[in-house]
Amino acid sequence: MAAGRRRRAVLAPLRQLAIIVRDTTFVISGVPVQLTALAALALPWLVPHRAKQDAIAVLVGVALVLLVRVPLTAIQRHRFWSLLGIEILKPVAAQGSLRHRLVAAVRSEVVWRQLGYHLVVGPLIALGGMLTLALWTAGAGLVNLNGWAYLFPPLGRFGLEPFHAKALTLHIVAQILLLLMAPALAAALTWLDSHAGRALLGPSRAVELERKVESLAESRAGVVDAADAERRRIERDLHDGAQQRLVSLAMNLGLARATLTDLPEPASQVIAEAHEEAKEALAELRNLVRGLHPAVLEDRGLDAALSGIAARAPLPVRVQVAVSGRASPTVEAVAYFVISECLTNIARHSAATNAEIDVRRAGDALVIRVTDNGIGGADPVRGSGLASLARRARSVDGSLQINSPAGGPTVITVELPCAS
Amino acid sequence: MRVVIAEDSVLLRAGLIKLLAAAGIEVMAAVSDADQLLAAVPVHKPDAVIVDVRMPPSHTDEGIRAALVIRRQWPEVAVLVLSQYVEERYAADLLSANTSSVGYLLKDRVADVDEFVSALRRVADGGTALDPEVVAQLLVRRRNDPLDRLTPREHEVLTLMAEGRSNSAIAQTLVITDSAVAKHINSIFAKLDLQPDDGDHRRVRAVLRSMGLG
Repeated sequence: MAAGRRRRAVLAPLRQLAIIVRDTTFVISGVPVQLTALAALALPWLVPHRAKQDAIAVLVGVALVLLVRVPLTAIQRHRFWSLLGIEILKPVAAQGSLRHRLVAAVRSEVVWRQLGYHLVVGPLIALGGMLTLALWTAGAGLVNLNGWAYLFPPLGRFGLEPFHAKALTLHIVAQILLLLMAPALAAALTWLDSHAGRALLGPSRAVELERKVESLAESRAGVVDAADAERRRIERDLHDGAQQRLVSLAMNLGLARATLTDLPEPASQVIAEAHEEAKEALAELRNLVRGLHPAVLEDRGLDAALSGIAARAPLPVRVQVAVSGRASPTVEAVAYFVISECLTNIARHSAATNAEIDVRRAGDALVIRVTDNGIGGADPVRGSGLASLARRARSVDGSLQINSPAGGPTVITVELPCAS
Repeated sequence: MRVVIAEDSVLLRAGLIKLLAAAGIEVMAAVSDADQLLAAVPVHKPDAVIVDVRMPPSHTDEGIRAALVIRRQWPEVAVLVLSQYVEERYAADLLSANTSSVGYLLKDRVADVDEFVSALRRVADGGTALDPEVVAQLLVRRRNDPLDRLTPREHEVLTLMAEGRSNSAIAQTLVITDSAVAKHINSIFAKLDLQPDDGDHRRVRAVLRSMGLG
């Protein structure tokens, strides 16, 4: 703890210093880039021409500005990223013919915003940048001057003359002020520039949001797939491990029960009980694993996989599937899970005597309807099971509707998008 | 009886060999994947093979595919498929060509040694042995068909028939007389519209119809 505090005490001023250096570098490095567009606009006026040609000079200037806009923006983007770690996304470039691109550029607010930075905000900040440079230079110059004055006093060997002492004090105060103002100005300009840059140089808010949504959708799909893969792995591990061992155990107990007929009654009783329990454990484990991710789902699809859970339900269940072709593995897994959970819920809470599963394709959606003739009153707010089902459906942009009036029947409709 | 076993779990392979030996059944070979099984069948010419569904390399339905090859190439070899899970689709595949000399059971069933051995013998003798779970799955799939007209008792009888049981075994299971079983079966035949003069064995046709295959 103490060592950490000491280290922090040493590091804090160092970090402050690093920030000052960074801000100053950032501000000063911006100056030439921020002045380029204005320079490009002014360039034609440096060429001697007659008053009649002013219009041409204006046109050439504008063309030059448009020409340097793209590389300037790229340089700024690089500057923001490498010095401040701020990522300004690349606006989407218009496609097509030159004329088409020009029209798009005139219409695009992205281009106007960028020009606003390069021609107005940028140059103003550049003025500040030059001032920062001047402050640092003046400050450093004074330090230099005072240093020489102290080391090589021009008058007398034993101290400074009163005039020089006064001048020196003034110099020192000025140098301290300058050296305080320079980093403050650099920090303020950095703040200003980073806000202006983000607001004016990047893509529009809508485009940025669109990209964010895209990347979120991508990462969510990744998470959903990973969870799916994990369930598959667990299923496989249990299949190859615990289930085989349990089968072997039950088989050995069965063998003992069948062959050891001359055992005393209590011993054979224990073996019989162990045998029955091993078989029950096996059945329980199988039901659990079947709910995770059945191999047949991957192998033969949703339709084939539903027979197993429907047959295992403690009430008669009818299954109707009218889907040609396969949905994506993720959608199939979600559909399977949702139906499996619905059947569990029905068995637990609905007091239904029969249920029906209907799966069909409607356009780009897989529509699953699970109906039971139970007591109804299913409420997603009260039961966490239905809420988790809805979450699961939403994880692939699907939806879940519950229609469950008191007295029943309950109809749960799940729609999962599956563009083919 | 002589059998070949294909099972990738070492533990279960050893257990099966022990179990079959205790029942006086000779295990000619015990292999760990489908390719070895298909190589072993012509060499050993067994009466029956016992096949696990999920085996290397892909751990999906290798066993089913190997079973189908054996049924096509060596129809005299009975096939008993074992699996941690039974699936009606696999059952339909296995039974699609013909329903004799084939069995499809949950691995759990090996725990009941006598029943398992008798199912194996039944299959080797040209009968069928379907797991009750498969039959239950098949019944989930029925659509507006004559099966809806069966009484619950007739359903039970048909289910046991589908599992490959004989009349007396059905009578024993349901604790009814043999003649009651015969009456139920006749009623099933009538409701499924299976005439006595049908060329195929009516029992098998009834089972097939219950699977939506007939």
